[in-house]
Amino acid sequence: MKKVAETTYNKICAMNDIPHNAGVCALVDGKQIALFRIGDKNELYAISNYDPFSKANVISRGIVGTMGEIPKVVSPIYKQQFNLTNGQCIDNPKVSIPTYPIREQGGAIYVSAIENC
Amino acid sequence: MNSKHKIVIIGNGMVGHRFIEELVDKDFRDNFSITTFCEEKNLAYDRVSLSTYFNGKTKEDLSLMPEGYYEENGVEIFIGDKAESIDRKAKVVKSAGGREVHYDTLVLATGSYPFVPPIQGQKQYYFEGYRAFECGDHKQHIHVYRTIDDLDAIKASASKSEIGTVIGGGLLGLECANALKNLGLKTHVVDRGPSLMGVQIDAEGGIVLRAKIEESGVQVHTSKSTKLISSGKEARYQLQFDDGTYLETDILVFSSGIRPRDEIARKAGLKIGDKGGIVIDSECRTSDEDIFAIGECALWNGQIFGLVSPGYKMAGVAADIITAQGDRRFEGADMSTKLKLIGVDVASIGDSHGRTEGSRSFSFRDELKGTYKKIVISPEGNRLLGAILIGGVEEYGTLQQMMLNEMTLPKDPGSLILPTTEEAAAGVGLDTLPEAAIICSCHNVTKGELMKSVQDGATTIGEIKTATCASTGCGGCSTMCKQLLDNELAKRGVDVNTDLCEHFPYTRQELYGLIRVKGIRNFETLLAEHGHGAGCEICKPAVASILAACWNEYILKDEHYGLQDTNDRMLANMQKDGTYSIVPRVAGGEITPEKLIALGEIAKKWNLYTKITGGQRIDLFGARQEQLPLIWEDLVAVGFESGHAYGKALRTVKSCVGSTWCRYGQQDSVGLAVEIETRYKGLRTPHKLKMAVSGCTRECAEAQGKDVGIIATDLGWNLYVCGNGGMKPRHADLLAADLNKESLIKYIDRFLMYYVRTADRLQRTAPWLENIEGGVEHLKAVIIEDSLGIAEQLEGEMAHIIDTYQCEWKTTVASPEKRKRFRMFVNSDETDNNVIFVEERGQIRPATDDEKFELGVSRKEVFE
Repeated sequence: MKKVAETTYNKICAMNDIPHNAGVCALVDGKQIALFRIGDKNELYAISNYDPFSKANVISRGIVGTMGEIPKVVSPIYKQQFNLTNGQCIDNPKVSIPTYPIREQGGAIYVSAIENC
Repeated sequence: MNSKHKIVIIGNGMVGHRFIEELVDKDFRDNFSITTFCEEKNLAYDRVSLSTYFNGKTKEDLSLMPEGYYEENGVEIFIGDKAESIDRKAKVVKSAGGREVHYDTLVLATGSYPFVPPIQGQKQYYFEGYRAFECGDHKQHIHVYRTIDDLDAIKASASKSEIGTVIGGGLLGLECANALKNLGLKTHVVDRGPSLMGVQIDAEGGIVLRAKIEESGVQVHTSKSTKLISSGKEARYQLQFDDGTYLETDILVFSSGIRPRDEIARKAGLKIGDKGGIVIDSECRTSDEDIFAIGECALWNGQIFGLVSPGYKMAGVAADIITAQGDRRFEGADMSTKLKLIGVDVASIGDSHGRTEGSRSFSFRDELKGTYKKIVISPEGNRLLGAILIGGVEEYGTLQQMMLNEMTLPKDPGSLILPTTEEAAAGVGLDTLPEAAIICSCHNVTKGELMKSVQDGATTIGEIKTATCASTGCGGCSTMCKQLLDNELAKRGVDVNTDLCEHFPYTRQELYGLIRVKGIRNFETLLAEHGHGAGCEICKPAVASILAACWNEYILKDEHYGLQDTNDRMLANMQKDGTYSIVPRVAGGEITPEKLIALGEIAKKWNLYTKITGGQRIDLFGARQEQLPLIWEDLVAVGFESGHAYGKALRTVKSCVGSTWCRYGQQDSVGLAVEIETRYKGLRTPHKLKMAVSGCTRECAEAQGKDVGIIATDLGWNLYVCGNGGMKPRHADLLAADLNKESLIKYIDRFLMYYVRTADRLQRTAPWLENIEGGVEHLKAVIIEDSLGIAEQLEGEMAHIIDTYQCEWKTTVASPEKRKRFRMFVNSDETDNNVIFVEERGQIRPATDDEKFELGVSRKEVFE
């Protein structure tokens, strides 16, 4: 994962603004980024909100879960699954969507709009 | 010049039609041409189920083929034209309509006609074709029971009558009595013999059957020969019997047996049996090698076969011989029957009377339950020859197979019918049957064919049905099919994984049980106690649905929010561009002008696209996620409630306008629809649920295409279940007839909760029923007779759902916390710039990709 300079992080919201085991969408530097908070340890994920299959901005509204050990989100439109850690589409190896750096500090959520590589 | 071999068929009944189907299956078109005469004005229909015509089935329901079947398959048909004579020399059939049709091969499938005994005073009965016509004063109220036209005539005269009498206590006579009873007549059955169904059942069985039938209100008179019909004093006619007694009745229906219709064959000089019937050999060929006869008009080995399945067999044989494809021969047929007459299960197998010399029998009679069971065994005591079952027919499949396959009897043959050894009876069996054993006698499906369907990948009863047609006729073999499926799968070591998903090693039904019994209220607890991992898009919505069906909490409660699927999560229906549509409830499709205007005003204010739905509501499209609570604030303010169009839940109860306005309406269908929709609104089910109420049998609400369909009769309501429109249409099954409202609602309560309890995830009621062992009969037992003893429980569960109803949108709009969930961005009040509408036909619609490009909205990378 690429290192991200501290200054590129944007404060987005309080951690509790992301519903537990679900997502919200943030607008960061003009990009729509879906944020998820999952499990007892409040694991955080940030992934593009754009679903390339339906061409609609809906990923934040998908159901999250696991496939084996892989955390995933499922597009609410045509139900393709995406690996939350790297954006890889599980149903179609040719497709992946960007993920973004996200972290929590002092109960607040910070996200960078510079894609992970 | 047509060089094809020309096949002409006289008669388009069930057997004539089956013959054509056999030819179609053989892809006949290159070498043969087919022409058929159909004397009736209706093409082939299901005569076996004729009595259901009075329970709301229509001509279309009874029809044996989809519309246009003959046209599509290049079959020429002359409807309403009777073939009158055959010129065997010229090989020409002449018809009443003046047609002269050449044939290379002729097939007679003329069927039979109802026999009417000569009775004084009745003047004369004469026959013109398939219909009996009465001379004299009695027109309109003396009938036979054979065709749809007969039934129309009976129905018409029933509307002017109170008492109906059937002469003839055989199988058809009792069917007919049931029909009269369903028409609301006080019904009598008169038979010359000492007991009912004398052909199939012995005297002792006759006593049990009679008691059961009289319990249902039909009066039985045996050993009565009618000698005179005169005008009645209290009713239209008086029947005078030879023992000096008499009976008065308004309607008279003769059902005193059938006779083969062989007149055209007689005239043509074909060989006819002494008591009638066109003589055929094992190839179904008559005395003229170019003429075949099949079905009830044919006489094979001195025997007429008055059942449909031997007729189907003959149709198959004739098709094999004529096309020289296949090698089936007719070698007799099993005349075993199993049916329900006036609510009584009756079955007769093989030599039920014990006419075989030296045969011996065992019988068991339970007057408390009203059951009678008898088996007839060979003189050596090692083979089953026949059986009679009344009041309970569970053993039918096993016994019939034992008889047909000459299986060795158990040491104590009595155990086959004694009630204490049900397990023993059920265990006899399947494994020892040869592969050629016919399991489904309606469609002639063998054990081998069923095994093959499992080999080819079928793992459910539904798949077996689709692959083989087995169990789609009378359904009598469904238990055996299920057993066979289980055995085969076990043998193959196929481990059918029925786990809901990788997170729960349980079926949906098992999870439902766990949640209900252990009182589990949320997903986290269920996962911790019974699952592993973090859940997924399969188990989360399934569990959310079960939790809602059990406890009925607000579905956007924090702990439930993340479980909800696409639409439930926003309480609206997501469309292709990520915007939503809104469908407020319009119960029964009834809406006041004020509310209609209010709805229009709101749609206009928010610039929504409006469309009328198939469920008699109004759908408002193009609402952005963040607008949903605002729009609903407006809707709630004028009194609208959530329509649950987004949920796997009750959608609508569609209705026709009913007796309030309609000239034909029998009952207030709108009133009932509103009441039912209000009762069940908000109920979460394994899949979406649609209902409808029609005010009369014209069925304008299309209730038979719904999960629950209700059709008004003059006596109450008929309840249909498990219908479906859409991708895989299925006509609903009649669950119960002529119900009052109280029973109707009670049965729907039980039906719905039983479905909720036992269906698979996302299984509509139609495939659910297809996979239930015992089919609709099982449902009737559970719902009407409470055979599982759970009726009260089911009703209680439903009562809880009804008591705890809340409008989800009203709750949501009132909660600032919940409303936050609808923001497009957690950190901004911007809107989604990828949602673009253009105008078409005066309303908005989503812009296409090209339009978005032209409008300068940046197009993102397109993945292929």
